[in-house]
Amino acid sequence: MPVQKCVALKPLQPNLSSFKLIYQLIQSNHMIQCKTSKAISGMGHSMKRKEDARFIQGKGHYVDDIKLDGMLYMDITRSPYAYAKIKSIDISEAMKVPGVVAVITGKDLEKYNLHWMPTIMSDTQMVLPTDTVMYQSQEVAAVIATSRYAARDGREAVKVDYEPMQAIVDPFKSMDPASPVLRTDKPGKKDNHIWHWEVGDKAKTEKVFAEADVVVKEQMHIPRIHVSSIETCGCVADYDKVNNHLTMYMTTQAPHVIRTVIALVAGHVGLTEEKIRVISPDIGGGFGGKVPVYPGYVIAIAVSFLVGKPVKWIEDRSENLQADSFARDYHITAEMAGTKEGKILATRFKVLADHGYTDAAANPSKFPAGMFSIATGSYNYGTAFMEADAVYTNKPPGGVAYRCSFRVTEAVHAIERMTDRYALEIGKDPAQLRMDNFIKKEEFPWHSPTGWTYDSGDYHAGLQKAMDVVDYPALRKEQAEKRAKGELMGIGIATFTEVVGAGPSKDFDILGIKMFDSAEIRVHPTGKAIARFGTKSQGQGHETTYAQIIAEVLGIPAENIQVEEGDTDTAPYGLGTYASRSTPTAGAAAAVAARKLRDKAKKIAAYLLEVSEDDLEWEPGKFFVKGAPEKAKTIQELVFAAYTNFPQGMEAGFEATHYYDPPNLTFPSGAYICVVDIDKETGGIHVRRFVAIDDCGHIINPMIVQGQVHGGLTQGIAPAMYEELIYDEAGNILNGTLMDYLVPTAIESPKWETGHIVTPSPHHPIGAKGVGESPTVGSPPSIANAIIDALSPYGITHLDIPITPFKVWKALKEKGVYDK
Amino acid sequence: MEITVSVNGTEHKLDVEPRLLLVHLIRENLNLTGTHIGCDTSSCGACTILLDGKSVKSCTILAVQANGKSVSTIEGVVAADGTLHPLQEGFKENHGLHCGFCTPGMIMRSIELLENNPNPTEDEIRWGISGNLCRCTGYNNIVKAIEYASAKMRGVETASTEPQFV
Repeated sequence: MPVQKCVALKPLQPNLSSFKLIYQLIQSNHMIQCKTSKAISGMGHSMKRKEDARFIQGKGHYVDDIKLDGMLYMDITRSPYAYAKIKSIDISEAMKVPGVVAVITGKDLEKYNLHWMPTIMSDTQMVLPTDTVMYQSQEVAAVIATSRYAARDGREAVKVDYEPMQAIVDPFKSMDPASPVLRTDKPGKKDNHIWHWEVGDKAKTEKVFAEADVVVKEQMHIPRIHVSSIETCGCVADYDKVNNHLTMYMTTQAPHVIRTVIALVAGHVGLTEEKIRVISPDIGGGFGGKVPVYPGYVIAIAVSFLVGKPVKWIEDRSENLQADSFARDYHITAEMAGTKEGKILATRFKVLADHGYTDAAANPSKFPAGMFSIATGSYNYGTAFMEADAVYTNKPPGGVAYRCSFRVTEAVHAIERMTDRYALEIGKDPAQLRMDNFIKKEEFPWHSPTGWTYDSGDYHAGLQKAMDVVDYPALRKEQAEKRAKGELMGIGIATFTEVVGAGPSKDFDILGIKMFDSAEIRVHPTGKAIARFGTKSQGQGHETTYAQIIAEVLGIPAENIQVEEGDTDTAPYGLGTYASRSTPTAGAAAAVAARKLRDKAKKIAAYLLEVSEDDLEWEPGKFFVKGAPEKAKTIQELVFAAYTNFPQGMEAGFEATHYYDPPNLTFPSGAYICVVDIDKETGGIHVRRFVAIDDCGHIINPMIVQGQVHGGLTQGIAPAMYEELIYDEAGNILNGTLMDYLVPTAIESPKWETGHIVTPSPHHPIGAKGVGESPTVGSPPSIANAIIDALSPYGITHLDIPITPFKVWKALKEKGVYDK
Repeated sequence: MEITVSVNGTEHKLDVEPRLLLVHLIRENLNLTGTHIGCDTSSCGACTILLDGKSVKSCTILAVQANGKSVSTIEGVVAADGTLHPLQEGFKENHGLHCGFCTPGMIMRSIELLENNPNPTEDEIRWGISGNLCRCTGYNNIVKAIEYASAKMRGVETASTEPQFV
């Protein structure tokens, strides 16, 4: 039922169904309202995307589409071992390959002190090794050639003599003080421990747990997975020797920060920041995987700098899966304490974070475990303690925040699994238990026991809506009937709270740079505009949504507002797109910058209409004199006047810039219900229904929001049921290609049912909260909860994701189900 | 090797290495960059094109195998007067794409799908595009886009493209 569609412009006919519709809208108070006409297409309109014209005609411009005169191609020789000494590298055969112009090793980079680089988390990472490889598929040598094929031939001809060593793959073993030290490059390092983090009141939590009626505990693993965006990573580094200038075309979600990082790393060879231009062209999916700096980028820059020619590096899919930053890989010991009646009293989470060879996560500096401390969830209780330890292993470095605001996915999985575990323990319906424990809408702003201030939410309304849509009571009745017949059906709920929009400058920075974001709007004399941002879309639809935000405030049709991002020479500085931060930060900046312009337009209108500003009223697209609507000036007339006929003393032109420092984070939430049927004989899992009700505050473009939710849900079912990067004991990856790393196709992806409620963020200029990651965060636990719910009559209380048919079958077998 | 390939109606005589993949011929030799490369195992379908009308993954075919054949890529789908193909329109109208990287392959695959089966069921569409991976959309709107094109090509009324919320 499309009740939340923009209805403001359509007067309702007084028939029964319309009354019902109005009733529902009043009841929910969650309708999307459009203040602007479709011609203007401000907020609330499902405007078709402006960027699509080029993509549907094959005219997108991705990094591998760039071809420059004299361009060389780079390919990379990688390690077959997870841990080995490099005895020698013989490049002589590779150099004989026709077309090969150079082979670069760590020793070559060492001469320029470019063989190491810092990670975002202030750890260190080899660009190319000089003596040791630390994970399988690590970069060992770079082959530069005149063609893609010659570079690959050269790569195959590089001979490396290795002395394999015993890899440490298991993070628990690596934490053992008796384990050999992996990072021998770090002077004085005596173990494999990276950092310890904790938050909450430990003593109080221990006391509550000691005295509680009920304590439940599970050991869980959030598997190592990969973003696997359909476009891999790559770049074209183009160094111009004459002008000492580098243009770096690269797949990056954060071009401005990358420019600064390049300047910090390469400043000592003369590449200072004004001599660097980073261009992030169209990006074929990012999901957090295009935030880090990978060795390939650095080598390409170094080679271009040395040979004075453009160098292209495009990794292939297997390299992408095997070497680029993984996500998740959290081992969590999760505990919840409560009363017999179902009141949550406290939670305790202990995390072991496997970071692989180096901590190459992409978290804000002060948050080594990201925002894991959101793990108290949507529930009203005052006691929690969380701690995490990070450890090195011989696996690729990471882990990035894969469509997730820095470890929120891990946190939500822990709290939502434990909430169900607790409900199971005391025999209470998990929906009712949630309803009884939710923070009430009048209790916002909510101060969580781990230090967050939740801005707004209506968790009861969200879950009630989801339950109404699936007809929860009927499903429970059906389940009881099926259980009586021995059939397996499960209903799983997740009611999550996200924390996005990083972030306020007092707490959030990356390498010291505060996590603001920016918008610059220039309106031309004829009333058409160009707007530039510090963020970078990878498919989120910024060219449309940002235009709609500006259209909402200024009344200039979104169609007439050109949005640009990704070129550091033209766009204002910003921290980029990840962690659902674009609308909360750059979207806010757009609204504030547009308001500055509307204030200016008002002054010009007062001057032209010869009235006081106080006598003017705004309606989308024009100012008019109160009580005399015929005396009006359109925004286009006012903009024209800003160039042709402005009041004496006023600055000419119609441009504004804003750097937005958010006062708080935003806290989107959702209520997801998944229904599964499981074949008892094979363990086969069928997702029959999945209802997702999201609350992301005010919605800018419902079509795009819904699309984001669809996509995120499929990226949630992926780790819940299909995806995991698997390593053997020697550190060999067992599924490092798309033939065996199971990205869901249209067959595996269910038909998603989506809906929303709206509780605006009180501190965001347009009340928006961000949505891109909610579905990825909320869907894995709802699917896992549904499967466990189906299996719980047999005493199964937990299974780690991905929950495969084999895992289900094995669990049932262990419980003796097949013994009869 | 000398080969002759017709691409989007234009005949090209080319001298190519025997090992050159068709996708590289299209992208590098002919500069038609709308055909994308998303994997190295013929899994993702981003490189799907039509070879003599049949949808194939151009990373799995040697350029020399296209000798004497006709290749259609995404660049040739739009009509000469700029009118979009119903599938292109369907993807735009139904928000069937986010990053756009898989889109050309999806559209090329769907052209053949609708040619063989002008009025497919949802299930037939899902199976029909199961050789093409999309990481962004969750496929719901891709299915809608193909249904939209199917209706339009059969001359029946297309369904609403407004997002349907529960």
